Amino acid sequence: MNAFYERHKEEIERILAKYPPEHKRSAMLPLLYLAQRDRGYITREDMAQIAEILGVSVTEVDGVVGFYTLLHDKPGGKYRIQVCTDLPCALRGAEQFLHQLEEALGIKAGETTPDGLITLEEVMCIAACDKAPVFQVQTGEGLTYYENMDLEKTLALIEQWRRAEDAPSQNGGRPTGSESTTINQQSSTNNP
Amino acid sequence: MPEKHLLLRHRDIPDIHELEVYRKHGGFEAFRKAVTQMTPDEVTEEVKKSGLRGRGGAGFPTGLKWSFMDKKNWPHYVVANADESEPGTFKDREIMERNPFQFLEGVAIAAYAVQANRAYIYLRGEFWQVAAWLDRKIAEMEAAGLLGDNLFGTDYSLRIYTHLGAGAYICGEETALLESLEGKRGMPRLRPPFPPSYGLYGKPTVVNNVETLTNVPLIIERGADWYRTIGTEKSTGPKVFSLSGHVNRPGNYELPLGTTFRELIFEHGGGIPGGKAIKAILPAGASSAILPATDEVLDTPMDYESVPKVGSFLGSASVIVVDESVDIAWLVRKTIHFFKHESCGKCTPCREGTYWMDKLMEKVMAGQATPEDLEILYDVAKQIQGKTLCALGDFATMAVVSGIERFKQDFERAVKALVEVGV
Ligand SMILES: Cc1cc2nc3c(=O)[nH]c(=O)nc-3n(C[C@H](O)[C@H](O)[C@H](O)COP(=O)(O)O)c2cc1C
Ligand code: SF4
Ligand code: FES
Repeated sequence: MNAFYERHKEEIERILAKYPPEHKRSAMLPLLYLAQRDRGYITREDMAQIAEILGVSVTEVDGVVGFYTLLHDKPGGKYRIQVCTDLPCALRGAEQFLHQLEEALGIKAGETTPDGLITLEEVMCIAACDKAPVFQVQTGEGLTYYENMDLEKTLALIEQWRRAEDAPSQNGGRPTGSESTTINQQSSTNNP
Repeated sequence: MPEKHLLLRHRDIPDIHELEVYRKHGGFEAFRKAVTQMTPDEVTEEVKKSGLRGRGGAGFPTGLKWSFMDKKNWPHYVVANADESEPGTFKDREIMERNPFQFLEGVAIAAYAVQANRAYIYLRGEFWQVAAWLDRKIAEMEAAGLLGDNLFGTDYSLRIYTHLGAGAYICGEETALLESLEGKRGMPRLRPPFPPSYGLYGKPTVVNNVETLTNVPLIIERGADWYRTIGTEKSTGPKVFSLSGHVNRPGNYELPLGTTFRELIFEHGGGIPGGKAIKAILPAGASSAILPATDEVLDTPMDYESVPKVGSFLGSASVIVVDESVDIAWLVRKTIHFFKHESCGKCTPCREGTYWMDKLMEKVMAGQATPEDLEILYDVAKQIQGKTLCALGDFATMAVVSGIERFKQDFERAVKALVEVGV
């Protein structure tokens, strides 16, 4: 078919099997996530090859990428820290938290650190309003929630990433899909 | 031990997310009963009799919705709405993370009731880990013969799949959700036709919220008459209230529909931090008409009939509490900012209206608004109402209109500041 297909053949077939064969376009978002996993963002070439696999035009794929905030067509930091500053979180100090983080990192929301490690972003409610300040960290591999955070804990986390960069054989603190296995330990409740 | 929770059962039963534990507590007996002892129509009828209403915001009767499925057009689909994006709402996530099988059993029973052989769970893209977790739980059900072909020795077969969105509030609207699930941009469809006649891939489809579906096993297992003993006459059953903002103990609370705001906020939520006074309540997240926290409002039962009587809606019951330190103009600006960001742009009143409301609120907050600006703001909001393709347009006006009408002093302050300096 094409290079993208060859590269991810098994996974693509597994994804396509979830939808009726005549509606394989439904695999659009899953395939775009797959492309994003390779580089952290989606290239024009990926879009063309995904379009070919799904039998739609590149323009349509491009339109989809542009519509959704978790899909990126430009490179950003390896870790995208996405802080929620929506109303319920803002009532509990999320905006101050974001400002502290901006100062500590020396970048504004929307910017990337010069070493390319971190992009700081402001996002709308992520369904964790009782645990503010909260952020999610998006990498090509997936997305992890960090709840009840403060500046100190956040900087410690970033320090872990930096160390992992220096020792590339180790995974230290990097969110991966496999963390989902611990979902029940990261309880979403703090009341009876 | 008395049963404290019917939906958030993990709070009473440790490890209910393990299949053996769930089954030890009667798990999947309702699904078995439905498939082996009841006709699909009997299941729908029981849900109708229970009075269960949609927990995703609109409160539409669930059994009635299922009965609308077009039986001349096949196949049928069930889609669980796990988009949970309304600011202030975080109940579906807790259900899926901690009591996943009760939700999945609800999906299965709904699918049997409308004779769907495929069901999809559409999760917001942020729920990446929840989706992976549900995939594991679905695999466990398959391994145990609870999903797949010839279930319980009948000729009924069912498969359930998860599908991740990618960050767009509008995909919680059911027709936008279906477009997104079809691999398109998530823009609402013109209705009618509604999903039970024209849904996923143009086929009859039931779309229900996660919490709605989680009620269904209880109804089938214990019967509609038992279910109706919980809640009020017209708003039956338990409800998970997401409590956030200025309260000592924010979190999810499962209480019967008809519990008062006062009980939720002061008894369960522990009241307002720092001994401050409560100023306002948003009962339905950012989409709410804002309620001043008067005694009348605090003593209002939280059900689908009573909240409109005091001037708002119950919606998904995401109760945001605001103390006296908050400037309502600031709050309104926050909500507008959200809706402007999330408007899909398909229809003009919503796209342009949210843009203008945002601009005007920016002026108000900068202390540069004139009294005329405030009037224009109010008019723009009023003109959006009832003129948009989906309810997001209306949602965007709720805080603006109620804010200006009910908290005039907070807006006038911004405007007056300007008059005083002689502009
Ligand atoms: C803008 C908008 C956003 C919505 N977001 C959600 C949502 O996140 N989750 C949800 O269950 N329903 C949401 N709804 C309601 C759905 O359109 C639909 O009514 C619901 O999924 C039906 O299920 P129910 O009857 O079980 O509540 C939204 C509606 C609108 C207009
Ligand atoms: S009301 Fe807003 S969100 Fe809904 S279809 Fe129109 S532009 Fe899109
Ligand atoms: S407002 Fe921040 S998670 Fe809901």
